[in-house]
Amino acid sequence: MAIGWYLTVSALIFAIGAAGVLTRRNPLVILLCLELMLNAANLALVAFSRMWGGEDGQVFALIVMVVAACEVTVGLGLIVALYRRRLPIDVDELNELHG
Amino acid sequence: MTATTFGWLIPLCPLVGTVIISLGWSRLPGRAAGWIGTAAIGLSFACSVVVVVSLLGKSPEHRQLTSALWNYAVTPGLDAKMSILVDPLSVFMALVVSGVSTLIHLYSVSYMNEDRGFNRYFAYLNFFVFSMLVLVMAGNFVLLIVGWAFVGAASYLLISFWYRRTTATRAGIKAFVINVVGDVGLVLGTFFILRHTGTVDFLKTFSAVHHVFHHNQTDLVAGCLLLLVGAFAKSAQVPLHTWLPDAMEGPTPVSALIHAATMVTAGVYLIARMHPLFEEAPTAGDVGAIGGCLTLLIAATIALVQTDIKRVIAYSTMSQIGYMIMGVSAGAYSAGLFHLMTHAFFKALLFMAAGSLIGAMAGEQSLDRMGGFRKALPFTFGCFLVGGLALSGLPPFSGWLSKDDIIGFLDHRGGGFLILGIAGYVGALLTGIYTFRMIFRAFFGEPVDQARELEHGHLAHAEVPRNPMTGEEEDTEIGFPGPGHFVAEREVPMKIAMGSLAVLAMIGGVLQIPGVDRGVQRFLAPSFATSKLAHTDVASGTEWVGLVIGAAIAILGIAIAYRLWVVRPGAPIELRQRLAPIHRFLSNKWYFDELIDVLVVRPALLVGRVAESVFERIVIGGGVTGGTIGIVRAGSAAVRRWQTGFLRYYAAAMVLAMGAVALYFLISST
Repeated sequence: MAIGWYLTVSALIFAIGAAGVLTRRNPLVILLCLELMLNAANLALVAFSRMWGGEDGQVFALIVMVVAACEVTVGLGLIVALYRRRLPIDVDELNELHG
Repeated sequence: MTATTFGWLIPLCPLVGTVIISLGWSRLPGRAAGWIGTAAIGLSFACSVVVVVSLLGKSPEHRQLTSALWNYAVTPGLDAKMSILVDPLSVFMALVVSGVSTLIHLYSVSYMNEDRGFNRYFAYLNFFVFSMLVLVMAGNFVLLIVGWAFVGAASYLLISFWYRRTTATRAGIKAFVINVVGDVGLVLGTFFILRHTGTVDFLKTFSAVHHVFHHNQTDLVAGCLLLLVGAFAKSAQVPLHTWLPDAMEGPTPVSALIHAATMVTAGVYLIARMHPLFEEAPTAGDVGAIGGCLTLLIAATIALVQTDIKRVIAYSTMSQIGYMIMGVSAGAYSAGLFHLMTHAFFKALLFMAAGSLIGAMAGEQSLDRMGGFRKALPFTFGCFLVGGLALSGLPPFSGWLSKDDIIGFLDHRGGGFLILGIAGYVGALLTGIYTFRMIFRAFFGEPVDQARELEHGHLAHAEVPRNPMTGEEEDTEIGFPGPGHFVAEREVPMKIAMGSLAVLAMIGGVLQIPGVDRGVQRFLAPSFATSKLAHTDVASGTEWVGLVIGAAIAILGIAIAYRLWVVRPGAPIELRQRLAPIHRFLSNKWYFDELIDVLVVRPALLVGRVAESVFERIVIGGGVTGGTIGIVRAGSAAVRRWQTGFLRYYAAAMVLAMGAVALYFLISST
C-alpha cells in the first residue's frame, strides 16, 4: 500500500486534534485532542520508517509515547489540582496571565 | 638540612603558632597561648641563628641562596615563584625581627595577663611576626608585596586591638588607609621595573638592571620613587607619617614591636634590598635621603612638646627611622642597618619601660601627671635610662656608634650630603633634649601620689578605667584594656625581657667600632657586593672625630634638658609662654593632619558629594537607569496586549506559526 494513505489518515487525525484543541474549552478534552495530534505524528513516523526500511522512525515513535505519557501525567495532575481548589474547569475562565 | 630549609622554617614557625592559637583559642588553658606564641618566635630565632652559622661557613661569594617551593604564576614574561632569598641582609633582618619579637612576646605574657582578649592578642602578634618574616625572606617582588600587605593588616588588627575604643578603631583605619597608599606605590613601582626587566626575581632583576636601564632613566626613577612611596608610608616618613603617633592607641608591647622595632623599619629594608636600583637612579635616592632628613628634624621638634609619653617615643621613632632612610638612600647601607638593629633594641626597651611606667600610673599616659618615679620603679628607671642614653647617642651605648656611623658616611660623601649630615647633628641635639625631658619629667622631681604609694608597696589602680586620649570612662570587658596593671618590678617575664634588651642596648654597638672591627659591614658585604657605594671606606680617624662630635652634641642635649627640667623647673613654662606661636605650631604637629585634611580628605569628600548629588542623581539615575527603565516600560506596554491569557489564542498562534513555517519550507523547496 502506498505511503500516501497513511499520511492522509495521519494528517486527518492531526487536523481533528488541532481543531479540538482550538475549539474546546474543557481542559480534559483539550488534553485528549493533544494526544490525538501526537499519535497522528506517531503514525506518520512509523509510516516513514516502514517506507525507508529503517528503525529510526519507530524509535522516535516510542520516545514520543514516553513524552506523551509524561505530558498526560502533568496535565491530569493540573486538572485534579484545579478541581480540588474549586476553580472552573474551563480554559477560557483561567485567564489570569493576561497582560 | 641546608641553610634554605632553615630559611623556610623561619617564617613557618610563627605561622604554625598563629594557626594553633587561633584554632584553639577557646580550649587553651590559662596563659598557654602566650607561651606557645613566645616559643614559636623563639624557634624562629633559633632557625635564624642556624642560618647565620651555616652562611658564615660558606665562602663570601656563595652566601646568596635562593630556594623555590612551587610556582605562583609562571608564564612568558612573568616568573613569580614561592621563593625565598637567604642572604646576609635578609638573615640579618630575620635575626633582629625574631629576636626582638621573642622578648616582646615574653613581656606581653605578663603585660596582657588580665586582658580578656589574651589569646586573640597572641594570635595577632604571631601573625604579625609571620608576615614580617615573609617580607624579609621574600625572594621576589610578589612575595615581598604579600608580606608587605600582611604586615599592614596585622598592624591594623593590633592598633584596633581594643576594638570598643573609638579612638583605637579610628587610628587603625587611618594606619591602614595610609599603608594602602604605600602598598599601591610598591605595586606600581614593581610594574615599572618588571616592564623592563621581565622578571620579578630579586637576583635576576638586580643583575639585569645594568643592561636594561641606562643611568637615571625616567622609568627607573619613576619606579624607584614609587617604591619610596611604599617605604615612606610603611616607615612613617613625612608626609605619610601621621598614622604612627595615632597607632600608639594599641597595647604598649604592640607599639614596641610593630611601631618601633620591626614593621616601621620595613621601608629601610626595602631601600637597602633595592640598592642596585637606587644606585642606578640616584635622583630617587636623593629624594629618599632628603625625605628622611626632613622627617628626622620635623619629628624631633614635635617630640619636644608632646605630653603623651608614648607619642613622644613614637615621634622619636619617626626621627630615628629618618636617620636610617637618609642613610640607606645615600648609600650607607651597613650603617643604616646597624642603626636599625640598635634602634630596635633601645626603642623596644624604651617602650617596655614606658609600659611599666604606664602600669604604675594605672593607665595614665600624660607626662604632666607623672613625676618622681625614680625610687618607686628602680628597675624601670634603670632600663629607661639605658634606652634614653642609647637613643641620645652617649658613649659607649649602641646608639652612639650607629647614629654617627650614618652621619660619618654622609659627611664623607660630601657635597649636598654634608648638609644632611649637619641636619643629622641638629637632630641628635634635639634627640638628647626630648629624651631627657621624658626622663626628667617622669622619674625626677616631686613624686606623684602613685609613686609615693608604690614606694610603700601599693600599686595604683584606677577607680574607673579611662581612655588616656579622651578621658572617657571605659569598661574592662572584652574589647577594652583589662583591669590589671603591671610593673616590671613585680613581673619576672617583663624583667627578663627588659633586662636582655638593656644589655643589648648597652653593648650592641661593639659589633661595629670604627678602626677596631666593622662586623656588621663585614657580615652584610656579600649582599652589597655589586654596590658602588657600600665599599666607600671612611677613614677610621675621620670617623672617630665624628663620634667625638656626636658624643659632645649628645651631652649638650642632655645638659640643656637637665637645665630646663631639673635645675630651673619653671623655665619650660616661661619658655612656652615666650614662644607661644612656635609651641602651638609644634604641639599641633606642624599641622600635618590639617594639611592632609585640606589637601586630600576634603577634596575627596567634595568629589564624593558632587558625584553623589550630580553624577549619581542625574547621569546614573536620570540617564542610565532611567533610560533603561523607560525603554523596558514602553516595550512591555506594546507587547502586553498580545498576552490575552486565553489558552486557545496561544494554541492558535502556535498552529498558525507552525503552518506558516511549513508553508515557507514547502514554497522554498519547490
